[in-house]
Amino acid sequence: MNAKTSKRLNMKERYRIMTRDLGWEPSYQRYEDIFPQEGFEGIKITDWDQWEDPFRLTMDNYWKFQAEKERKLYAIFDAVSQNNGQMKISDPRYLNAVKLFITAVTPLEYNAYKGYARVGRQFGGVGARIACQMQSIDELRHTQTQIHAMSHYNKYFGGMHDFPHMFDRVWYLSVPKSFFEDASTAGPFEFLTAISFSFEYVLTNLLFLPFMSGAAYNGDMNTVTFGFSAQSDEARHMTLGLEIIKFILEQHEDNVPIIQQWLDKWLWRGYRLLSIVGMMMDYMLPNKVMSWAEAWTMYYEEAGGALFKELERYGIRPPKYADQTVIGKDHVSHQAWFIFYQYGHATAFNTWVPTAKEMDWLSEKYPDTFDRLYRPRFELLAEKAARGERFYNNTLPQLCQVCQIPLAITEPDDDTLLSHRDTVHDGERYHFCSDGCHDIFQHEPEKYVQAWLPVHQILQGNCGGADMEKVIGDYYRIEMGEDNLDFEGSAEQRRWAAWKQAV
Amino acid sequence: MSVNANYPNYRGPVRDRVENFHGNQLVYVMWERHLLFCAPLTFLADPAMAFDAFLAEVLTPALAPHPESEALDFAEAQWRLDGEDFTPRGDASLADNGIGHKSQLRLITPRLSDLADAAI
Repeated sequence: MNAKTSKRLNMKERYRIMTRDLGWEPSYQRYEDIFPQEGFEGIKITDWDQWEDPFRLTMDNYWKFQAEKERKLYAIFDAVSQNNGQMKISDPRYLNAVKLFITAVTPLEYNAYKGYARVGRQFGGVGARIACQMQSIDELRHTQTQIHAMSHYNKYFGGMHDFPHMFDRVWYLSVPKSFFEDASTAGPFEFLTAISFSFEYVLTNLLFLPFMSGAAYNGDMNTVTFGFSAQSDEARHMTLGLEIIKFILEQHEDNVPIIQQWLDKWLWRGYRLLSIVGMMMDYMLPNKVMSWAEAWTMYYEEAGGALFKELERYGIRPPKYADQTVIGKDHVSHQAWFIFYQYGHATAFNTWVPTAKEMDWLSEKYPDTFDRLYRPRFELLAEKAARGERFYNNTLPQLCQVCQIPLAITEPDDDTLLSHRDTVHDGERYHFCSDGCHDIFQHEPEKYVQAWLPVHQILQGNCGGADMEKVIGDYYRIEMGEDNLDFEGSAEQRRWAAWKQAV
Repeated sequence: MSVNANYPNYRGPVRDRVENFHGNQLVYVMWERHLLFCAPLTFLADPAMAFDAFLAEVLTPALAPHPESEALDFAEAQWRLDGEDFTPRGDASLADNGIGHKSQLRLITPRLSDLADAAI
């Protein structure tokens, strides 16, 4: 009996064999030929063995846990579809948040899967390789579960039918796409700093909690359920994100300024990307959860503030321009929704002027800005719409060379003037929405001169010609009158009313 | 270093050089503190076009949806070009006015209506 027990490995030993023991010392190839991307970013790793795995999880256990979660998840998806779950949502306007998610966020999960598969190959340390492998598989799982969760709604609502195609082409989806491609085309250490730390650790609460709570408040069982199913994975990713940063900082003091520059860059890029989450929370959810400003205060200023305090001992300071994000929290959601409203003929979802009750909620949440700047704008738009002149902007906006968002965000110290910076590089002029995006360009101009800016591509004739209806319909595959335009009078509104009457 | 690449002297293709616009160039126009248009506008224009023609044929129709467009008088307006004060010559071409590819023009008008209170 004793002999039998001793054959079983204790947890620590079993863990060692299933992770670190999978590596080996190369004997006939040079280390730098096997891991050719490990050195060029200037990050110095003196001892990969110092890597502490954030989760004592081995591949065999990983499959068991994930399989169990999948069984529960798909049982709920089945129940939702058998019970006409699409009719349980609060209001058909809610589905526009889901449309935004499947077109803008789910493809990022797929890019994360590819990204972790790539960088996992590039690290000499076996602990880091295994962690990246697991995260890569998680991200693929998230892609799949999100597609399955939303496919039920796709049977009843527009705008979701061509999401991977749209991700590669539609003007506003170039914002998340270029964000992730910036990370994916960086070296492996910058990729981890960008995605594992800045995005997963610092900002993920601002992406997932609003969408999942929004779903819960608005009767969307499928989204709530995949959110729960992803939660333990996300917790693992967050822990990994923090571990990576601490590990790199502890390895060599020369790493500190490199990491600092990446933190400055990726907080700013993440903040700009999250503008769409802000507008989703403040404008697209019929039943609101909290305001974007409240979320930013709680998850960035308070939680992030404590985090950067903790990193002070490594010589890290809070990200540059973090103060501008705090000023911006009272503006960006309104400015972002206003962009989509006026280009609502070129969106794969409906847009609308907030109701009187919703405007009162916004006044209460944004006492310093909403009544002064944004309410008058929406009231003017409502008047125009009531006269049958619903405002669509038929010109094209100027875009930021880095974040690719229209220059629609105001100066930090002047909220009636659009923020704009420019620079001349190699005889060519480039434009930016902010100091943050300008600095990112200045650091690596040769990267951003290549940006595929949707407006410029249209004007070069690369998106199916000069006729905007053709660009929107044929090139983007947004079906005119089905997927886009104002919610008032939309196909979705008509169908919903008919279904409700039939019940 | 102008890019962090794993081989030296990496150069990226400049995707928006003027040659890619088939004889035209890009001009951006920001009507300052008029935020009904959420962002400055991007126009494709022939660099040989006279500045006055650009105003009449390109900018005026683009600004028409704005309630203040009827009160807008270009003769009363001030201009900035790429960050500098600028006095356009109406009969000279965009190119001769120094308006290059991807230049940004700013249109600054006096108070035209109460919409100015909310910078609409």
